[in-house]
Amino acid sequence: MASPLTGYLLVAALIFAIGLAGALTRRNAILVLIGIELMLNAANLNLVAFWRYGPHPEALTGMIFAIFSIAVAAAEAAVGLGLVISIYRHAKTTDLEQMNRMKG
Amino acid sequence: MQEGLAFTPQLSASNIAEWLWLVPAVPVVASGVIALLRQPKRKLASGIAIGSLCFSLLLAFVAFGHVLSGWSQGFAVREVVNFSWIQVGSAQVELGWVLDPLAAVMLVMVAFVGLLIFIYSIGYMAEDENYTRFFCFLSLFAGAMLGVVIANSILLLFMGWELVGLTSYLLIGFWYQKPSAAAAAKKAFLTTRVGDVFFLLGMVWLFAQTGTLLFYDHGVGSLEPLALGGLLVHHAAWGLTAAGAIGLLIFAGAVGKSGQLPLHVWLPDAMEGPTPVSALIHAATMVAAGVYLIARVYPLMSAGAIIRPFVTASGSTPALIVVTWVGASTAVFAALIAVAQNDIKRILAYSTVSQLGYMMAGLGVGGVAVGMFHLITHAFFKALLFMGAGSAIHGAHEEQDVRKMGGLKAAMPATFATYAVGMLALCGFPLLFSGFWSKDGILEAAQHWSVARGPFYLLVFGALLTAFYMTRQVSYVFLGEYRGHGHPHESPRVMTMPLAILAFFAIALGAVGTPAWPWFRGFLENRAVPFETAGFSEPGLAALMLTSSLVVLSGLGLGWWMYGNKSTKAEEPDALEKAMPPVWAVLRNKFYVDELYGATVIAFYWWSAKVADWLDRKVWGGIVAGVALVFSGWAQLNRFLDTNVVDGGFDKGCEEIATSGGLLARVQNGRGQIYLRLLAVGVVILAAILIWSGRQ
Amino acid sequence: MGVVFYLISALAVGGALAAVLLKNLVHAALALTLAFFGLALLFLRLDAQFAGFAQILVYVGAVAILVVFAILLTRGSELPKEGVFSKTWLVGLVIAAGVFAVLAWVVLQTGPWLPHEAATPAVTVNDIGQALMARYVLPLEIVAVLLTAALLGAVIVAMHEKERTK
Repeated sequence: MASPLTGYLLVAALIFAIGLAGALTRRNAILVLIGIELMLNAANLNLVAFWRYGPHPEALTGMIFAIFSIAVAAAEAAVGLGLVISIYRHAKTTDLEQMNRMKG
Repeated sequence: MQEGLAFTPQLSASNIAEWLWLVPAVPVVASGVIALLRQPKRKLASGIAIGSLCFSLLLAFVAFGHVLSGWSQGFAVREVVNFSWIQVGSAQVELGWVLDPLAAVMLVMVAFVGLLIFIYSIGYMAEDENYTRFFCFLSLFAGAMLGVVIANSILLLFMGWELVGLTSYLLIGFWYQKPSAAAAAKKAFLTTRVGDVFFLLGMVWLFAQTGTLLFYDHGVGSLEPLALGGLLVHHAAWGLTAAGAIGLLIFAGAVGKSGQLPLHVWLPDAMEGPTPVSALIHAATMVAAGVYLIARVYPLMSAGAIIRPFVTASGSTPALIVVTWVGASTAVFAALIAVAQNDIKRILAYSTVSQLGYMMAGLGVGGVAVGMFHLITHAFFKALLFMGAGSAIHGAHEEQDVRKMGGLKAAMPATFATYAVGMLALCGFPLLFSGFWSKDGILEAAQHWSVARGPFYLLVFGALLTAFYMTRQVSYVFLGEYRGHGHPHESPRVMTMPLAILAFFAIALGAVGTPAWPWFRGFLENRAVPFETAGFSEPGLAALMLTSSLVVLSGLGLGWWMYGNKSTKAEEPDALEKAMPPVWAVLRNKFYVDELYGATVIAFYWWSAKVADWLDRKVWGGIVAGVALVFSGWAQLNRFLDTNVVDGGFDKGCEEIATSGGLLARVQNGRGQIYLRLLAVGVVILAAILIWSGRQ
Repeated sequence: MGVVFYLISALAVGGALAAVLLKNLVHAALALTLAFFGLALLFLRLDAQFAGFAQILVYVGAVAILVVFAILLTRGSELPKEGVFSKTWLVGLVIAAGVFAVLAWVVLQTGPWLPHEAATPAVTVNDIGQALMARYVLPLEIVAVLLTAALLGAVIVAMHEKERTK
């Protein structure tokens, strides 16, 4: 009988991969951020799953880690979206294919 | 010969001897000062020259007086001042000067005759634009000649000798724009050079053998008995002792300088120089230097013969035999050529060569005094004759061909009178003139020469010829009618005064050499000489005097008969030429000696110069070019390597880096998503590596 | 693994897929919300109640709204002309697939060693609070500073642009 952990891990991996695919293939900057959020969430799922089925869950390590991760992800989303908006104001577009000023 | 009291030697240097070096030094310094003057300062230049020579003459008189007083008190004066000049290894190069009767007499003669000629030159060179340069060279010559006279070190003598040769070159070629003058100067220098090489060899050999350069050095000098004894012990080649061989080598130097056979060829050509030069250098002094040299090293030349001091009696040395024969042959040879010359100065030049032969023969047969006496008297009357010739040339408007002169007796009486005195002295006219006594001294010694009688007959024949050609010359120049253009005129006082003074001495000097009172001989040989008419009664002496008088008179008569008082025209051939054309031709062409030299020596010289040139250009030049080629090729290779390999390689490398950099830069396309992809790929790869390594 | 698990998983995964694939951005943002919600349910199933509710509060309540705002402010509701996917979308897909493959492979390989059962942890909010204040106080403070900085930064970034356009 497979461990229940496996399932969770697989789901996390799947969501991670989906998020990565979105970040890598979509043109819109906001969707890249969406993909990044999905990846972070998948990581959180991993953490919590390991907390639940790992040794010493009473130490709360996994949970706290996940909570902090949520907090940081929220901050990062705020700043990132603020940047996207400011870029939009400057370049009038959010199309990543057109943003290659850092070329060379 | 009279035996006198043995003189005590006085060797310590007196005051005058210490200052004797000033005698040559002052004219040399004067020459330097004149050299710095500008050309227009003519009076100053001649003033300095004459002043310096006056000073030297004064010092010479003082020195002579000192020696004379010493002699009259019974001392044999020989004062020596030596000093060490430089040190080479363990050998010292020593120089020094000597004051003895021989030097004193020569000093006075050179300075006095020189001074007279300097004064004469003021008039003669008055119109020449290089007046200042002339006096500069004259002064230098005087200093050098005086240096030769007082030299006690053979090296110092040689230095003065060379300097005299140099100034002779400068003065013969004084009018250097004339090609003939320049060529004559070169010929003089090169011919005397040949003699000088032998002199140098002799000098070096003497130094090597005796260990000293000094003639007299308190017993260890090279002319003193100790050294001479050593030289006699060594045998060189052909049965000669070292003394004899060295003596011959030194004589070779004298042969060059005094124009003896076979190195006489330069002297007649030297007449290209101004007449004062001919008078001073090629009559009175420089050519006499050769004779003086032999007189100075006489102890060396006569070493081994049974001798009284300075005089060979019975048995001569090989060196002196050679000297005698060379002298006698030269005397006759030159006199023969003089008979057929047409240039007034050339006749006198050949006459000088001939008389120098007499002096050499005199040294060989009779010793120092005999030869030196003739040298002194000859200096006076030959200088007189040259200066008189110069005056005649001046008066005949620079004409030198005797065929175009004539009748100058009337136009130039003073010149004629003095010239006649000189001519008679040269011929040896009996009794009155110094030349008679000096030449007779030589003839007498030759008559009694134990080795052979040949020189005696040659010298007598020479006397005949001398009288003959001098009569011919005087007839052509002064007698008859003037065959030139324009009007001849007498020369100024500044030129005729020295002539008169010299004429006086040409007569008066005879008095110190007569058998009744052979003062000159006694002075040189350090013997007391009382005045004794009994001297005349020596056996054979009267006969000799008679013979020589007859010879002279017959020579004069012959000349007068052929040339005297005949008004010949300029274009007419010579009387002798008419009589004996082939003989005349040979004599006229100087026995073809110059042509002989040209065909042999000069031709060889040209050939070897060509060979040397070919060697230099083709062989050495080729080697140098080859080496250069190697280096050039090496440099080219280096350049190629540097440009292509080093630079090229470096450039290529840089290009590659730039290209690869450009390629890599394409990764930075500024698009975040691409960066992200790359990140993800990196993660995958890392994970794969971790897993796989973990699995191992 | 019960049916509930598969249902919730389907919700989460589906929401994620939809978020990434939908052309309309607003729809994508809403799908994202669904995905967040699904994940929160998964947290609850894992007995991590606090985490789950924190997830709903923060992600669903704040981040999703934030994304919607951003979309609206940048006119994301309009459909772009050239298409929503990049020209080289296949490469990205392949890479993501590669990542999933690696992760899945690892998980499946270590399957046998993973624990099967574990008791429900007796964790209360009190315990979490205690832990935050005691053991994890430093990270807490740092996160507080971080949040402040992020707040300030976002304000500044947004504000500067505002001043310029004025």
